[in-house]
Amino acid sequence: MSLKRKDLLSLAPLSAEEITLILQTADSFKEVTGREIKKVPALRGRTVVNLFFEPSTRTRTSFELAAKRLSADVINFSPSSSSVVKGETLLDTARNIEAMQADIIVLRHSSAGAAETLARGVKSSVINAGDGWHEHPTQALLDLYTIRERGLPFKGLRVAIVGDVAHSRVARSNIHALSKLGAEVRVVGPPTMIPKGIEKLGATVFYNLDEALRGVQVIMMLRLQLERQGRALFPTIREYARLYGLTGDRVKLAEAGAIVMHPGPINRGVEIAPEVADSLSSVILDQVANGVAVRMGILYLMSGAN
Amino acid sequence: MAIVIQGGHILDPGRFNAVGDLVIDQGKILAIGQRVNIPAGATIYPAKGRLVVPGFVDLHVHFREPGFEYKETIQSGAASAVAGGFTTVCCMPNTNPVNDNQAITEFMLERGRAAGLANVLPIGAITKGSEGKELAEIGDLRRAGCVAISDDGKPVMNSLVMRRAMEYALAFDIPVVDHCEDLHLAEGGCMNEGLISTELGLPGIPAAAEDVMVARNVSLAELTGARLHLAHISTVGSVRMVREAKARGIKVTAEACPHHFTLTEEVVRGFNTLAKMNPPLRAWQDVQAIKEGLRDGTIDAIATDHAPHATQEKQQGFTEAPFGIVGLETALSLTLALVEEGILSLESAIEKLSAAPARAFGLAKGTLTAGADADVAIIDPQAHWEVDPGKFRSKSRNTPFAGWKVKGLVVKTIVGGRVVFEAPVPA
Repeated sequence: MSLKRKDLLSLAPLSAEEITLILQTADSFKEVTGREIKKVPALRGRTVVNLFFEPSTRTRTSFELAAKRLSADVINFSPSSSSVVKGETLLDTARNIEAMQADIIVLRHSSAGAAETLARGVKSSVINAGDGWHEHPTQALLDLYTIRERGLPFKGLRVAIVGDVAHSRVARSNIHALSKLGAEVRVVGPPTMIPKGIEKLGATVFYNLDEALRGVQVIMMLRLQLERQGRALFPTIREYARLYGLTGDRVKLAEAGAIVMHPGPINRGVEIAPEVADSLSSVILDQVANGVAVRMGILYLMSGAN
Repeated sequence: MAIVIQGGHILDPGRFNAVGDLVIDQGKILAIGQRVNIPAGATIYPAKGRLVVPGFVDLHVHFREPGFEYKETIQSGAASAVAGGFTTVCCMPNTNPVNDNQAITEFMLERGRAAGLANVLPIGAITKGSEGKELAEIGDLRRAGCVAISDDGKPVMNSLVMRRAMEYALAFDIPVVDHCEDLHLAEGGCMNEGLISTELGLPGIPAAAEDVMVARNVSLAELTGARLHLAHISTVGSVRMVREAKARGIKVTAEACPHHFTLTEEVVRGFNTLAKMNPPLRAWQDVQAIKEGLRDGTIDAIATDHAPHATQEKQQGFTEAPFGIVGLETALSLTLALVEEGILSLESAIEKLSAAPARAFGLAKGTLTAGADADVAIIDPQAHWEVDPGKFRSKSRNTPFAGWKVKGLVVKTIVGGRVVFEAPVPA
């Protein structure tokens, strides 16, 4: 079986089988990343362009490593947002890149839908590395991979996604993917950060963190964008941390052995207490490590190299 | 030279609705009826099977001149208007510079005359630069030829300034037009707030952003006695409040746009920038409310909010792309679809495109009565056609209706007794 898609833009249209295929493909690359010589020739002669309109260290580096370990040629292209203001449309930028025979474009953009707009206009495969508040499919896939690696079956799995769900592309992608695989997703945060109609996507809404955590096996914390404080979404970081910060005591409300996840970068002492971030239940660094293997799997499947 | 439009179905809403002849002379309607005298030497236009109606009046267009001539000029906008059967158009003041003074108003009028197509009537700004702070010279604007005042897409947020504008406007009996949107509540949103904005991760504009401003404006109209006209209303709440305000005798009129009674927010899926406009496409129940408002008379007029933008602007990402679509060349067909659907009678559909908007702004237009300006549209009501933006007279192509198969085509448009548009004969 292969992924019969030109692009990976969103997890909403993917089937459970397609998601499982990506996770299985990542398995073989996880083994590669554990070798002394961490490189296979699968994408030799292919060109991957990282087109990042928004600053990102983690995701860009992860894609870069993934592509390099597959022996692809990698170009990092980070147009300043001002060059876009100067007049070149996203599509023109991408067509220029395409003219240089890029096989895969990995796009990060601050606007929802940027990846879809791009994919319609170019023949290269497009991988969405985060578009506005819309989706961040590869992050959700590496989250799923990490959950699966811990031996947790998705069917009936109880997952709490905590924080600013309204402005989170990570939350949206995870809600789509987890629901498809049969997990029970809870979203919890202040009502100002829970978007309209989210329950129709398959999530149950909670405003009280303690209630939401009872009996869950996975706690997925979202990063609080500290600059949102001035926009009447929450009164103070202090109150946010008190109501929605994950402390050691709160972790105890979850099922024994529950894991704690975070897409990073973390705000220690805000959404997550330092002792939780560094505890045995935290899989935050596993997520980062798995990110490379999962992205190798995705690049491999998207390149049609199989 | 006289013109006789012979044997068509003449529909002058509220006045005449039968097969007959329409005689035009000296730029005016000379006679309407079944047994009219045909002046010697008159040009005869046989109109059997055609619908002969007053030229349409659009209270809400953006012709972009001065300042954004790459999107549209008064010439190209007027050409688009007459191709859609519109003989009178009211131009919003969000040009660059803003139409907040006599010189710009006179310039627009002059360009309209030079184009020699539709009657181009400027709407002046409410405040200087449409900045919502100081009143523009409304007396001057009125004297120069503005038919209404509005800050359109930059609604006056300060309620005191709006109150003063409404009071001041009383002296000139000029309607005050508001684009009802609380900019704080809209907060940079780019589509209707709801399940779809949540799924797409796009910032939403709640219906309440419109509703609270409709409520404010209605209250201020009651307080001041001003003539309030609400632009492009799009929500259940707006329709309810306008209905209630009218019942209480407040001087308020309202318009709705074809896209708001034809499309829902579903069309945005796929990040379709041609479905991005402000107010945004709303939910199903809002569309139903707009139709009901049109049916029961709560909504007086159909206006296009014709908002041309260049292709490259609409090719940007959804959040960056500008709001708005062109509408002059599709409005008639979309309105006639409401007749097919049984929402409006043919007569009231035509009225909402002609006599009713003319009344809302107090324009001596929108009628075929003897002595009126000879502004006439001749329509083939049975013609089926496919919307092809490449054939638009407008400079811009930004429509979500490309490829739609629609019914009802303008075959001839007459302004001031002169034929200004004739549909090309299909090869």
